[in-house]
Amino acid sequence: MALPWLSGSLSGLLLETASLNCQRNFSVSAVAAAIQKMTRVRVVDNSSLGNTPYHRPPRVIHVYTKNGVGKVGDRVLLAIKGQKKKALIVGHKMPGERMTPRFDSNNVVLIEDNGNPTGTRIKVPVPTHLRKLEGDYSKVLAIAGSFV
Amino acid sequence: MAACTKRLDRFIISLRLLRNLQLQNERFLSTSPCLRAAGNDSESPKFVPPSKPVIVDKTQTVASLRKFLSPEFIPPRQRTDPLKFSIERKDMIRRRKVLNIPEFYVGSILAVIMADPNASGKTNRFVGICIQRGGKGLGATFVLRNIINNQGVEICYELYSPRIQKIEVLKLEKRLDDNLMYLRDALPEYSTVDPEMKPVPFSPTGEVPVNKIKVRMRPKPWSKRWERPKFNIQGIRFDLSLTPEQMEHAQKWAQPWLEYDMLKDADLSKIGR
Repeated sequence: MALPWLSGSLSGLLLETASLNCQRNFSVSAVAAAIQKMTRVRVVDNSSLGNTPYHRPPRVIHVYTKNGVGKVGDRVLLAIKGQKKKALIVGHKMPGERMTPRFDSNNVVLIEDNGNPTGTRIKVPVPTHLRKLEGDYSKVLAIAGSFV
Repeated sequence: MAACTKRLDRFIISLRLLRNLQLQNERFLSTSPCLRAAGNDSESPKFVPPSKPVIVDKTQTVASLRKFLSPEFIPPRQRTDPLKFSIERKDMIRRRKVLNIPEFYVGSILAVIMADPNASGKTNRFVGICIQRGGKGLGATFVLRNIINNQGVEICYELYSPRIQKIEVLKLEKRLDDNLMYLRDALPEYSTVDPEMKPVPFSPTGEVPVNKIKVRMRPKPWSKRWERPKFNIQGIRFDLSLTPEQMEHAQKWAQPWLEYDMLKDADLSKIGR
């Protein structure tokens, strides 16, 4: 119903309609930074909690490190769908060490309190230096599909 | 006594003159046949220089004769001792003797095999398009970008790191810009590279092809304001994302005096004209 006047106002500016895969449902800030409180993250496993749509994106409310900055392999506390859930960071937009990958989105995998993943598969590539956390998160590494 | 000497002198002088005359006559006699022969021809023979021998160095291959200066060899304009750069260059050449670092530009598609203790099989292969070459000397880096499973991944590799085992150029080409960081805000089809891609053959004697592709962008906001003249980007289709008014507004940040700034490393030959 609002579409006719929308198309009228945008007629002067030809906009690209992004494909379904890369559709941005929220505005993205330009600064690339590691993960801290109030960052919006992308849940990359196939858990129902992470994939069901909600009117608010999942945000980080606490980072379990000495400083409040979360890098790959750190645990964080998320607010998803009105509930608190722990998660593991598997990639961020901030450039890290020289030979390590940098992702275009802040990726996160939902986790229980004992370290077991909530989902059963991770399609998105995961950095190989996560394998150092063999003991704690070996089950997360087991469900990872591809390593970069 | 003096009279004797005078007469003697005159005699010697006259002898000399006679000798000279004799010599001149002889010279005339000796050259006259040639001149006569030459005079018989209507045209004088033109001097034809012997043909230069074409030197083909068969000891070296055609590929090694191709000259390319990698940008990290050019030392930056600094007040440091040039000895530091010459020592660094020696180390870079020592590493290049062990690992073949091929010629590539920003926009070429590369495959890099890296030693990784955490990866299965101890090596890690990544294929991507080179979006940036930075750093000078041994710390020279290049960034490869690819989109895997709808996730954009960039890896910044150090050219002279001992962890790199092989660098392979799958497609050698140049683009309209030196820095393709705007691919992060472009549609994902421009950053996707097939990991199983076969290397495109390239003849060592040919010119490097320039890919004049103009990339379509996602809707604004972008990570950087690529329309501004300080980036000087030729490879984006601005007409699809920006109105002419916005393009004019971006030109407010233009600094046209910069090309005449002699303290920058500008090409002074242009100012002379």
